[in-house]
Amino acid sequence: MAKRIEAKNLNIYYSKFLAVSEVNFTIAPRSVTAFIGPSGCGKSTVLRTINRMHEVIAGAHVQGDVLLDGENIYGSAVDPVDVRRTIGMVFQRPNPFPTMSIYDNVVAGLKLQSGRIKKVELDDTVEKSLRGANLWEEVKDRLGKPGAGLSGGQQQRLCIARAIAVEPQVLLMDEPCSALDPISTLAIEDLIQSLKEKYTIVIVTHNMQQAARVSERTAFFNLAGVGKPGQLVEIDDTQKIFSNPSEQRTEDYISGRFG
Amino acid sequence: MTAAAPTTLAGSSKGGVRAFKNTLATVLVTAAFGIALIPLVWLLWTVLSKGLKTITQSGWWTSSQRNITYRKPGGGVWHAILGTAEQVLLCTLISVPIALLVGIYLIEYGGGRLAKLTSFMVDILTGIPSIVAALFIYAVFITTFHGQRAGIYVSLALVMLMVPVIVRTTEEMLKLVPNELREASYALGVPKWKTIVKIVVPTAFSGIVTGIMLGIARVAGETAPLLILVGYSPDTNSNLLSGFQGSLPGMIYAQVPQLGNIRYHYAADRMWGSALTLIIIVMALNLVARLVARRSKVSN
Amino acid sequence: MTDQESRDREHARARAEREATHGSDTPDDYANADPNGVGPIPSSSALTTPDPADATISGSGVGAFGGRGKVRIGDKVFRYLTAGAGMFVCILITLVAVFLLAKAIPSIANDKVNFFTSRTWLVSGSTLQFGIVDLLWTTVLSSVFAMLLAVPVAIGIALFITQYAPRQLARPVAFVVDLLAAIPSIVYGVFGITVFAPKLHGIIDFLNRYLGWIPLFKKQISDPGTVFAGGIILAIMILPIITAIAREVFERTPRENVEAAWALGATRWEMVRLSVLPYGKPGVISGAMLGLGRALGETIAITLILVAPPSGAPFSPSLFYGGETFASKIANAAAEFNNPTQTGAYIAAGLVLFVLTFAVNAAARIVVNRRREFS
Repeated sequence: MAKRIEAKNLNIYYSKFLAVSEVNFTIAPRSVTAFIGPSGCGKSTVLRTINRMHEVIAGAHVQGDVLLDGENIYGSAVDPVDVRRTIGMVFQRPNPFPTMSIYDNVVAGLKLQSGRIKKVELDDTVEKSLRGANLWEEVKDRLGKPGAGLSGGQQQRLCIARAIAVEPQVLLMDEPCSALDPISTLAIEDLIQSLKEKYTIVIVTHNMQQAARVSERTAFFNLAGVGKPGQLVEIDDTQKIFSNPSEQRTEDYISGRFG
Repeated sequence: MTAAAPTTLAGSSKGGVRAFKNTLATVLVTAAFGIALIPLVWLLWTVLSKGLKTITQSGWWTSSQRNITYRKPGGGVWHAILGTAEQVLLCTLISVPIALLVGIYLIEYGGGRLAKLTSFMVDILTGIPSIVAALFIYAVFITTFHGQRAGIYVSLALVMLMVPVIVRTTEEMLKLVPNELREASYALGVPKWKTIVKIVVPTAFSGIVTGIMLGIARVAGETAPLLILVGYSPDTNSNLLSGFQGSLPGMIYAQVPQLGNIRYHYAADRMWGSALTLIIIVMALNLVARLVARRSKVSN
Repeated sequence: MTDQESRDREHARARAEREATHGSDTPDDYANADPNGVGPIPSSSALTTPDPADATISGSGVGAFGGRGKVRIGDKVFRYLTAGAGMFVCILITLVAVFLLAKAIPSIANDKVNFFTSRTWLVSGSTLQFGIVDLLWTTVLSSVFAMLLAVPVAIGIALFITQYAPRQLARPVAFVVDLLAAIPSIVYGVFGITVFAPKLHGIIDFLNRYLGWIPLFKKQISDPGTVFAGGIILAIMILPIITAIAREVFERTPRENVEAAWALGATRWEMVRLSVLPYGKPGVISGAMLGLGRALGETIAITLILVAPPSGAPFSPSLFYGGETFASKIANAAAEFNNPTQTGAYIAAGLVLFVLTFAVNAAARIVVNRRREFS
C-alpha cells in the first residue's frame, strides 16, 4: 500500500515570507528517509507540506507540486482532509488526546472520520495498531485508562498507533524522539524499522546518529545564506551522505563544522 | 541611591528614610486587604445572624408567601426559588449555545474583521447595565409587541448579561487547549469542525462549565430586570409565559417598604432570610464552579 | 542549543512572519486558517503573492483524492453557525441602540423642557417635562467617588497578592476578594441601607464640621441615604473588578524589570515603584474605568440606599445629600410604566446611561488592548 512521494519545484511560504525554496526530491515506497539540517532551515516545514499540515498556520501556503504516486495532493479538486487520511503524522511531542482513554485514542481517527463502526472491528484495529506500535503488551490490561497517564515514550508509541490505525500509506515523523529518553528513543527506532515494511516513512531528526541508524536515504537541508530561504542541499543514500557527500556544505555539517 | 555607600553589609540598613518608606508601604498594602475583609465579614455576618433563624424555620424551603402579610410570621421561599430557577434555567438554555458558538468563533475562526467587531461587542455587552438590558427587552417585547410582563422576558434580559460571561470564559479555556491537539486531529484526517466539537471543546469542557456556573451565579441575583419585566408575586407561579412571578431578589425587594415598621419585624426577618437563601445559592454555585475548574484537563 | 529550543525558534519565526501581516486587512490568524481548505489553498487568496492554486499543474487526473472536489458541508455549516452567533452579538448591541433611540425620541420631542439642561422630572401629568441634569450629577458623583475610593485599595490588594503575600496566602486572599463579587447587589443594597449607612453619621458630622465650607461636604439631610453611603457601597462592589485587572497586569511585570530593580539594591517598595507600578499603570487605568462603568450602571443597591429628594428641592452638589441616578430613577418608576410617552422618558434616561457606560467601557478596552500589543 505504501506510495512514492515526489516534490517538484516546491516553494513554501509563510504569508509573503519564502521559507523554503525550490525543493525537488523523490522518495521511494517502503523506505525510510531522514531530513536533517540545522535548526530553522525548514526541514519540518517541508515535512508538513507533504500532508498539507503546513497550511493549518494562517497565511502559510505552497507553490509547486507534491505527487503521491503521481497524483498531485495540491490539485484543485483535492480535499486536504483526504490527503491527511492517506498520509499520517507523528509529532515532536507526544500529544495523545487528554480526554480519551488509550483505546479511544487509538481509534480516534477512525471514529471521527467515519462515525459508526462495529465494536468488533474497533477492537481488532486497537490490537493491531498497538501491536504495530510495540505497545500492546504494555497496555493491553489498561486500555480504558487515560492515554495521558502513560510515560513519554509510551505516549509517543500510542500516537504512532493512533496514526497507523487509520491505515495511511505514508507516515511522517517530525522529530519523534526529541522529547524522549534514550531507552524510549531506541524503542521508537526499532519500531520504525518494522514499520517500513508497510509504510513510506519520512522522519525529521536533529540527531545525525539517528538518521544514520534508521534511514536508507537522507536529505540535507540548509539555509541558502543569512536571511535567505531554506533549500534542499542534497538527497542521497544515507551511507553516501555520511561517508562521502557530493556537497561540501553537507560534509561541513556532518563533520560538525557548523550547525 | 543618595545614601552614602555602606562600609559593611551588615551595616547597610538601607538608610532610615528608605527603610521607613518601605515599611510604610508594606503596612498600607497589607491594610488594603484588611479593608476589603471588613465589609465582607460584616456583610456576611449580618446576613447570617439576621437570616439564620428564618431559614431554619419549618416550611421555609417548602412553602410560599401566599396569604401572608407583613403582619404575619411564617411562609417560605419556595415560590421565589422556583421562579428564580425557572428564569435562570431558561436564560441558561438560551445563553449557553450562543455563547459557546461565539467563543468558538472568536478563538477557532477569529482574526477577521467580524471577529474583531464581535470581540469588541462582547466587551460592550459585558458593560451593559442590567437596567439597560431590561429596558431594551421592555422596549422590544412590551411596548413594541404589546406583550404582558412575564418571567420569560426576565430570562431574555438575563441572556444579555450571561452571554458575555460565558463567552469570555470559553475563550480563555479554548486558548488553553494546546495547538498540538488540534494538529494531531487534523493529521488524522479529521475535519476542522469535528476537531473542534470532539477534541477541542471536550478538552476545555470543565473550564467552560465553570464559566456557565459563574454566569448563573451572576444572573441569579439580578434584580433590575425583575422590577421592569415581571411583578413580584408572593404566590407560586410556575408559568414563565404569564403572570407575576416570585423570585429571590424580588422577594427581598418586596419586603423593603415594611422595614421601617416597628410593630412587625416579620418583613425584616423575611428579607434577611431570603437574602441568606440567595447568598447560599450563589456562593454554592461559585464554589462548585471553582471545584470544577480545579479538575480541569487544561492546566492554567 | 537543544532540539526544543531550536524548534521553538523555528516556530517563533513563523509566528513573527504571521504577525507581520496581522495588522493588515487579511483575515489571517492561526485560528482563521482553515485546515480543511474550503478553497483549494485557504487563507492565501487575500495575499498579493501569486495564488499557488493557479500555479499548480492540476492535470494529474483523478486519483484517491480527486473526484470528490466537494467542500465539506459540516465545516461550512459549523463555520457559518459560529460566525452567525458572533454576528448575533453585534446585531444585538445595534438593536439595543436602535430600540432605545426609537422609543426615546418621541418623548424627547414632546419634552417641554430641555432634556439636557433641565432639573425637572414630571412625566405623570398631561405634559412631559423631564431633564437629566440632576440624574447625571448624582450618577457621576456617586460613581467617581466610588472609583476614587476603590482604586487605591484595589492597587493595594493587587500588590499584596502579587508582590507581598507569601504564595500560600495569596490564593485565599484572591479568593476572598472574588467573594465580594459573588454577593448579589440587592444584598449590598439592603445591607447598605439598614446596617451600613446609619453607622456613617459620625464620619459625616466630622467631615461636615471641618470641611463643611466646601459644598461637596456640606451636610444637607439627616437621612442615612446619602450619596456618600451609596458611593462607599459602590466602591466595595467594584473593588473586585479593579483588583482582578490590577492583579493580572502586576503579575505580568517582566522578570527582567523586577530583577533589574533588585540588582540596584532597591527595597521592596522601591522595586514596586520602579518596575511594577509603571508597567501596570495602563492596566490599572482601564480597570478603574471598567469599575466606573459598572458603578454608573449599578441599579438596585443604589436604588435602595439613596433617598430621593422631594420634587422641586434646590440643587446641592453635596455628597451628604440624597438623589437619584439614571438607574435608580428608572428602577423606582418601573412599577408605573403605563403609557408609551411616559415610559419613553425613562427609556431616554436609559439611553443616556447606555451611551455613558458604552463610552467608558470602550475607552477602557482601548487602553487595555493597546497595552496588550506591547506586552
